Amino acid sequence: MARIRLKNLRHSYRREPGTGADWALQRLDLDFADGSANALLGPSGCGKTTLLNIISGLLRPSEGSVWFGDRDVTPLAPDKREIAQVFQFPVVYDTMSVYDNLAFPLRNRRVPRDAVDRRVREIAAMLDLGDVLDRRASGLSADGKQKISLGRGLVRSDVNVIMFDEPLTVIDPQLKWRLRSKLKELHQRFGITMIYVTHDQTEALTFADRVIVMNDGVVVQSGTPVELFERPQHTFVGHFIGSPGMNLLPATFDDGVARFAGQVVQTTATPGAVAAQSQLQIGVRPEFVSFAGTGIPVSIVKVADLGRFRVVETLHAEFTIRLLVGDDQPLPAERAWLQFDPAFTHLYADGWRLGERPA
Amino acid sequence: MSGRTPNQNAWWLVLPVVLLVAFNAVIPLMTVVNYSVQETFGDNQFFFEGVTWFEQILHSSRFHDALQRQLLFTAIVLAIELPLGVAIALAMPRRGPWVPVCLVLMAMPLLIPWNVVGAMWNIFALPDIGLLGHTLNKLGFDYNFTRQPLAAWSTLVAMDVWHWTSLVVLLAYAGLSAIPDAFYEAARIDGASGWAVFRFIQLPKMKRVLMIAVLLRFMDSFMIYTEAIVLTGGGPGNATSLLSIDLVKIALGQFDLGPAAAMSLIYFLIILLLSWVFYAVMTRDEAG
Repeated sequence: MARIRLKNLRHSYRREPGTGADWALQRLDLDFADGSANALLGPSGCGKTTLLNIISGLLRPSEGSVWFGDRDVTPLAPDKREIAQVFQFPVVYDTMSVYDNLAFPLRNRRVPRDAVDRRVREIAAMLDLGDVLDRRASGLSADGKQKISLGRGLVRSDVNVIMFDEPLTVIDPQLKWRLRSKLKELHQRFGITMIYVTHDQTEALTFADRVIVMNDGVVVQSGTPVELFERPQHTFVGHFIGSPGMNLLPATFDDGVARFAGQVVQTTATPGAVAAQSQLQIGVRPEFVSFAGTGIPVSIVKVADLGRFRVVETLHAEFTIRLLVGDDQPLPAERAWLQFDPAFTHLYADGWRLGERPA
Repeated sequence: MSGRTPNQNAWWLVLPVVLLVAFNAVIPLMTVVNYSVQETFGDNQFFFEGVTWFEQILHSSRFHDALQRQLLFTAIVLAIELPLGVAIALAMPRRGPWVPVCLVLMAMPLLIPWNVVGAMWNIFALPDIGLLGHTLNKLGFDYNFTRQPLAAWSTLVAMDVWHWTSLVVLLAYAGLSAIPDAFYEAARIDGASGWAVFRFIQLPKMKRVLMIAVLLRFMDSFMIYTEAIVLTGGGPGNATSLLSIDLVKIALGQFDLGPAAAMSLIYFLIILLLSWVFYAVMTRDEAG
């Protein structure tokens, strides 16, 4: 087990990459602490699988290096890196029994027979595969096959990291939740570093201690679920995470004060931090907007009841602002005023949170 | 079901297919069955003979010899073409500009008319003027396929391998192309050896197409006629008289229609039976 570091990494699938769009991964440095549970979150095509395959060694990065502990593993093949990876679609060895499938990675590494047996039975019990160990793997359902894939990833106890590439896509929702808790449990029991790729925010936020959000080959933010929620570094994080996403409103910034539609709005931005010519936006999550006696005048357009709270859609001029209201609180009549919580209202310049923009 | 009477007129829609099958399969087959139980004379005189011809064929050493030669020939070409075809398919590039080049090269032998293949190999192997025959003799090998049974057999097998291995290659290649990359990636991470990748991923995934390859190659090689008759004409002597060649000799050479018809039916039943055996053996463990 080891800490994993990606140094100055960059990757393109083209032979002679030129401009920005040619790079599937823009230059990045990342650090995965030993024994951490990480999630790589982002929309399809954002580069998360590329990043995963670079860590596992299936892909050689165009530039930069991969370090496990203080060893540079960039030139090493996957089987020399002592890692495990679970793919999006089940990969099982059809002609083998479930038992032999689970034992395969261990036998290839000449693990003694009794150790293999102990480990296979332990993992099988954990994944509820104990009853089907003697069955042929090809006869199982998609769920069952994916459990075998997961099992083959988990069966080795000596791995540096286990990577999951959207492993629960083919699993039905109920089992999905159970398997996710199993993975979490396994992580706590064995303390193996895990990296979990997904485009599903719920999956990422429930599984990981640290979530890395990617978009267009760029890491836009890396932090705890709370940080992503309370202080999105980029408007992409603001609207990708959270449901509904962050309200983004056009803003101006003069004399150290942010204004939206002529109204002064208190934000976390420090005065003087704004570069000229950049496009400014105020970002505030619906959770931090509330009705008040004064503030931004709006009219209520739509109310959606989500059980414990309601999503209220309001309109100021042509700008939609959403807010969450508890189901015990009364809604004002048609005309109302909004207040933003200044501790969680951020100012973004060209998408990046002010004061947080990387050099 | 509702109380409505089904419209029986739909049966007429099946008629074209029934007619087609009748004309191209049932009627010819029944003609053969008819010949196989009768003695024919000139003036279209027929006498019922029962199973006489079947008994005669089944007890004739000539048929036994031809059948043995046929089984040997089929066994040899299957034993060469299947492993060779799979090996070539594995060696072919999986992607890139060479893929179409390889595929076209592979398809080439399959596009040549069978009698041309026979004629080509005949000329190619002629000991005096053929490139192969002449070269072998120059190198000090005594090679003459028109006189030596072993040379005739080797040439016949070489020709069939040249002509038909491509079919196995193309089928195996199709099977290989259908394997998702994730399988190879998972195997690399699991630390599988090259042999294990072949044994546990490629071979199982190719199984279905290989079954088709075995069946096609079995049936085709068991029925080989055109190329062999052009190349060796069944000779020297009867050395390469395979079943179909012998059958034609009986039917058209000697004009013994009854025995020839009986032999055709036995021949047909052997192919049917062996195909079924192959199929049953290869799909045996799929149910479990």
